[in-house]
Amino acid sequence: MSNAASNESSRSRGKAPAGERVADWADGRLGIFSLAKANMRKIFPDHWSFMLGEVCLYSFIIIILTGVYLTLFFHPSMAEVEYHGSFVPLQGQLMSQAFESTVNISFEVRGGLLIRQIHHWAAIVFLAGMFVHMMRVFFTGAFRKPREINWLFGFLLFVLGMFTGFTGYSLPDDLLSGTGIRFMQGAILSIPVVGTYVSMFLFGGEFPGTDIIARFYSIHILLLPGIMLGLVVAHLILVFYHKHTQFAGPGRTNKNVVGMPLLPVYMAKAGGFFFLVFGVIAVMSAIATINPIWNIGPYRPDQVSTNAQPDWYMGFSEGLIRIMPGWEINFWGHTLVLGVFIPLMVFGLVMVAIAVYPFIESWVTGDKREHHILDRPRNAPTRTAFGAAWIALYFVLLVGGGNDLWATHFNLSINAITWFVRIGMFVVPVLVFIATKRICLGLQRRDKDKVLHGRESGIIKRLPHGEFIEVHEPLSQEQLHTLTAHEQYKPAEIGPTVDENGVERKVKASEKLRAKLSQGYYGEGNQIEKPTLEEFKEIEAGHGHH
Amino acid sequence: MKKLSARRRHPLAAIVVLILALAATGGLYAAFAPAGEAKAEETAQSLAIDEGKKLYTVGCASCHGTGGQGTSDGPSLVGVGAAAVDFQVGTGRMPAQQPSQQVPKKKVVYTQAEIDQLAAYVASLGAGPAVPTTEQYDPAGADVANGGQLYRTNCAQCHNFTGEGGALTHGKYAPDLSDVDPKHIYQAMLTGPQNMPSFPDTVMPEQEKRDIIAYLDTVNGDDSATPGGLKLGGFGPVAEGLFGWVFGLGALVAVAVWVAARTAKAKKS
Repeated sequence: MSNAASNESSRSRGKAPAGERVADWADGRLGIFSLAKANMRKIFPDHWSFMLGEVCLYSFIIIILTGVYLTLFFHPSMAEVEYHGSFVPLQGQLMSQAFESTVNISFEVRGGLLIRQIHHWAAIVFLAGMFVHMMRVFFTGAFRKPREINWLFGFLLFVLGMFTGFTGYSLPDDLLSGTGIRFMQGAILSIPVVGTYVSMFLFGGEFPGTDIIARFYSIHILLLPGIMLGLVVAHLILVFYHKHTQFAGPGRTNKNVVGMPLLPVYMAKAGGFFFLVFGVIAVMSAIATINPIWNIGPYRPDQVSTNAQPDWYMGFSEGLIRIMPGWEINFWGHTLVLGVFIPLMVFGLVMVAIAVYPFIESWVTGDKREHHILDRPRNAPTRTAFGAAWIALYFVLLVGGGNDLWATHFNLSINAITWFVRIGMFVVPVLVFIATKRICLGLQRRDKDKVLHGRESGIIKRLPHGEFIEVHEPLSQEQLHTLTAHEQYKPAEIGPTVDENGVERKVKASEKLRAKLSQGYYGEGNQIEKPTLEEFKEIEAGHGHH
Repeated sequence: MKKLSARRRHPLAAIVVLILALAATGGLYAAFAPAGEAKAEETAQSLAIDEGKKLYTVGCASCHGTGGQGTSDGPSLVGVGAAAVDFQVGTGRMPAQQPSQQVPKKKVVYTQAEIDQLAAYVASLGAGPAVPTTEQYDPAGADVANGGQLYRTNCAQCHNFTGEGGALTHGKYAPDLSDVDPKHIYQAMLTGPQNMPSFPDTVMPEQEKRDIIAYLDTVNGDDSATPGGLKLGGFGPVAEGLFGWVFGLGALVAVAVWVAARTAKAKKS
């Protein structure tokens, strides 16, 4: 903060440099000096996976920049016009103004097609980046206290990103996205009691009406991105406030952060990384087509094409619909479309499962402490297995969503794929859960082995009496620390069911469930006891090899 | 009349009536039946039919029956017409290598002359669509935009937006239309091979078929323009998502690993 004294002194030494005077002028009005002082030296640890969030942030910025350019030329109107632009295969066709202006952006506006492709590819990468970023946070346990709220912010960003993407994909009013809107309307209609009202409200009457593109436009460029921008800011403020997590290592504790300061190191790195992200997305957009609406054609409710799928982040909802039998019940003259309504509910459940996981885990484990040191995924086998099972479910549903392409490219029957997905969505996650847990435990055993017996050197030694042995090299002090730094928990117990007077205490069902789950997390066979100091010393004191 | 009426119970009366009736129907048929073609052409035609029949007996009869009447292994060919033969044999689909969900396109085993003879024989079994002439299917000068609209209404639901093909039930599929000979597209629309519905001229006039062929030629030909760059198969969002994950995010993760590996070293003082 500026003060009179420093002004005095600079005056007495003559004119201060221009930069200082500008800074002084700004500080006197904004008071940013103390804020900058507190945050510019913020420390960030180095690990490539900590940069996944940055990929998302930068692609979000790229989307906003290119999106602004696109709004200059896009007309969100469903008024019917006849096309007379330069693309011959659409000559004289009737289409909405929205479609016409998108074709014009692609073929008449300078740089329009490239910007459109950057906008769309960046959206694909943005959502994929958020997905991977969430996986990183999940598998390393970075969502634990104090970061649960930030996890929720991230989750909301992902969900809002999905819907912003969906509304944006719908704006050109092409045959593909029109089919997508029809799909969405079907889902809305399936909601009991209010479905028809909501649909009529959203579309301003019957499908497709003349309003939906204009409505999606304001949702896509104003409402959702506005909320997302606010959430991104809140997300980043919390990252600063909580400080960054780090992997275990020598000198790294729950109370410090080891790494490089924001200024100058991370400012330079992050700035450079922004241009690298922009560069990769621009190259991608320059070489690969995305959403060639000129080939897809204008939307007409009487037309449809095969390969009508949403962008990847909505693909699992497509899968849910594709595999669901067309069940329908008639209830007092009201149709209940279970074939669509059940998938709609499962869609919500799949998403909500990610949102609530931190709270479930902290309830099960009873762990309410702050965590700033990350878990290695193998050291939390049950959590890792849950995450892997969720991804397996998601992937199986994606297979269901693209069942036609799996059929044509792998010479399979589409019906067989549908049945595989119907059964697989229940079976595959369970198998993946079991397999992942076993792999984690195996890796824990390997860590223990490495700590106690050292690293396999690959050197075979022959002893005087003829025995062959492999020489194991002891690990360095740093490696030993890293492999043994994780905490191991004891499963929660229900406690005595009888109090000191011998009166039986009522054990709540939730308590029993919690004890069972806790056993599943930390009980016998669910984690490998890490080597104790005694074990280590005993082996050290013995012979060099084993 | 009285004489006739008196003999109506004669033992031969029924036979006489039958003979008269047969003579009447035969006479009527002879009067109204289409007149035969010119004699010279007829001989060339019957020669082709004879040759075709020989080829048919060797290559086709095991499934379609010795007279084209069909068996449990293959449908009847009576009335399918020369166009169907020219399509099925001309694209290598027939003779089929094995019974399966769908007979795939493969290497053509007969010469065009042999195909014409086979077609002549099958056409002789019953009237059906003839092989189209070049003017009928030539895409030059057709209305591409109208073709696109017709294509999206009638074809895209199975063959995809630009004819990249798509899946049907139980392992059947709508084939990829990239670079298919215009004649074969025309014949397919005309005859409706395998799982495809047929679009005879009464449903889709010749001009509209040409428009569709012209549209496919423009968007999915050898030298079709792809203004956006690689078309990634033209399959829409699934292929795009895969590309985005593998090459987009994959590249960015590689870049992130690279950036993270290059860290500033603190100066030792």
